[in-house]
Amino acid sequence: MVTMTLPDWLASCRDLMRGKAGPAQQQAVLRQLVWPLLGILLFLLLWHWAARNIQTSLGQFPGPATVWEQTQALYQEHREARQREVAFHERQEKYIETRLAQQPDWQPVRRDYTGAPTFFDQIGTSLITVMSGFLLASALAIPLGIVVGLSAGLHAAVNPLIQIFKPVSPLAWLPLVTMVVSAVYTSGDPWIAKSFLNSMFTVTLCCLWPTLLNTAVGVTSVSSDLINVSRVLRLNAFEHVRRIVLPSALPMMFTGLRLSLGVAWMVLIAAEMLAQNPGLGKFVWDEFQNGSSQSLGRIMVAVLVIGLIGFLLDRLMLALQRFLVWDKSAARR
Amino acid sequence: MTALLELSNVGMAFDTPTGRFEALKDVNLKIAAGEFVSLIGHSGCGKSTVLNIVAGLLRATDGGVILDRREVSEPGPERAVVFQNHSLLPWLTAFENVELAVRQVFRKQKSKKEMRDWVAHNLELVHMGHAMDKTPREISGGMKQRVGIARALAMQPRVLLMDEPFGALDALTRAHLQDSLMAIHAQLGTTVIMITHDVDEAVLLSDRIMMMSNGPSATIGEVLPVTLPRPRDRVALADDPGYHRCRQKVLRFLYEKQRKVTPLSGRQEPAPSCLTGTDAPPRGRG
Ligand SMILES: Nc1ncnc2c1ncn2[C@@H]1O[C@H](COP(=O)(O)OP(=O)(O)OP(=O)(O)O)[C@@H](O)[C@H]1O
Ligand SMILES: [Mg+2]
Repeated sequence: MVTMTLPDWLASCRDLMRGKAGPAQQQAVLRQLVWPLLGILLFLLLWHWAARNIQTSLGQFPGPATVWEQTQALYQEHREARQREVAFHERQEKYIETRLAQQPDWQPVRRDYTGAPTFFDQIGTSLITVMSGFLLASALAIPLGIVVGLSAGLHAAVNPLIQIFKPVSPLAWLPLVTMVVSAVYTSGDPWIAKSFLNSMFTVTLCCLWPTLLNTAVGVTSVSSDLINVSRVLRLNAFEHVRRIVLPSALPMMFTGLRLSLGVAWMVLIAAEMLAQNPGLGKFVWDEFQNGSSQSLGRIMVAVLVIGLIGFLLDRLMLALQRFLVWDKSAARR
Repeated sequence: MTALLELSNVGMAFDTPTGRFEALKDVNLKIAAGEFVSLIGHSGCGKSTVLNIVAGLLRATDGGVILDRREVSEPGPERAVVFQNHSLLPWLTAFENVELAVRQVFRKQKSKKEMRDWVAHNLELVHMGHAMDKTPREISGGMKQRVGIARALAMQPRVLLMDEPFGALDALTRAHLQDSLMAIHAQLGTTVIMITHDVDEAVLLSDRIMMMSNGPSATIGEVLPVTLPRPRDRVALADDPGYHRCRQKVLRFLYEKQRKVTPLSGRQEPAPSCLTGTDAPPRGRG
């Protein structure tokens, strides 16, 4: 059964309002709500002040107010684009209907709407890409990490490779990935966009390593006492991995997965910018090239959204970790 | 008497960076079914090594171990081990920890329900029936050790091997568990080999005490049969001259004949740790 619990600070607020809060809870509200809000407020003030003092060739650096305006403008554009799309489909259906009435043997051709993606479309694209790349990386890295962790020889063999590939920047992988994808994936009417595959594989290649390394370390550091238990019980290899190794390595594995997801998100934005692949990175790049007076404000919106999404992704992993991992202390960071 | 378990001329040499280290030499030991034997000796003499060889976790470099007329070559549930630091799987509850062992041993013989009942029965035996659904981190050290014993007993081992099972516990908890263990031994007649640092514990529980000489090339120096009648009561024994004679003999062996003159490099042991009844300082097992 899933029980819903209020976040600590919300519970503390509730108690505070009911007049039940002790000093400890007042402390908690202070620490978890008041101080963070003060920090954000101070940051906004500083930002506002600094923005007024920076003049660029595209006008004044965007302050909080400009960014808020642009956020609303982007949302408005998104709504309008959606309405245009609906209108387009209505028109198309009406046209097909009238034409079929005149000419019943006509085969209707329905076209997709091809408006430019909005900011929110780009967010969606980026999220799908990062998740695909991350999931593919995890699906490769976890089993590989377990195998590498179990065999000391394999560990020694693979370790130098990992150490060399781990620090490679996504920008270096990108051209290679692009060329390989074009060479291998040559269907005339691609079911999945090549640009999506390029971004995804680049993300995969870059975020493979933290999960791989941490899983391997987690597996190697299984307590020798538990291994002895497994030997006395004569667990077979599969049961040994399932009952002893995996649960032991799970906390480390999740540390790796969280790192990987962070890397994946960073890498994706860079790759999208460089390769002009659809997503938030492309949005930023397009605005930069566009160079209108609104561009800097819009880029700033994108920057904040990128940060926010990165934060939320990390929280998501943390929640998953808390849910799955027996060692609650490992998930408390 | 035919021995259930027999060690003949067991020797163990480790390859270390500084050369070959002969830990055990010519260890001979015969244990009858139902016997309670304890191994006592100074820290580092090779007690754990002997136990691990019997368990099959280590392979002797010389000689061999025979259990039920069959040579021991690998670990197995018929030689269940109670580890010093409980070694419960922290992600499983007490019940699930025992269940894992039971499923592994009785998969083919018992139905699901029989297995569950057997798990519960063994936890009741060590008085852990009330905390079956707690995870190891929710229970005390003594309770963890009880679960560890329940897990080992649930395998219905031919020999129960215990490596300083109560070493990490406080004196009161230890006394409690010793009484439980005596009761279980009386009830089930399990054959037990137990390592201990505690002279009182050895005398109270054992049928025979194997006293090991100091390493390198350690071996069983003397064997002391403890003929005190069972059931034994720790309070009554406090004034029993027979009990004191046994204690005296063990102490004399440890602190006169096998006195540690030069502590092994890097591991300074305060010699009288056994005398006080408290345990020797913790150190990694071999
Ligand atoms: N894997 C190993 N490699 C090298 N030397 C070892 C190894 N295992 C044990 N030894 C050595 O063998 C000797 C006996 O070790 P063992 O752990 O059996 O002692 P012990 O009597 O159990 O000590 P304690 O009472 O402190 O647990 C020690 O000198 C130890 O250093
Ligand atoms: Mg030992």
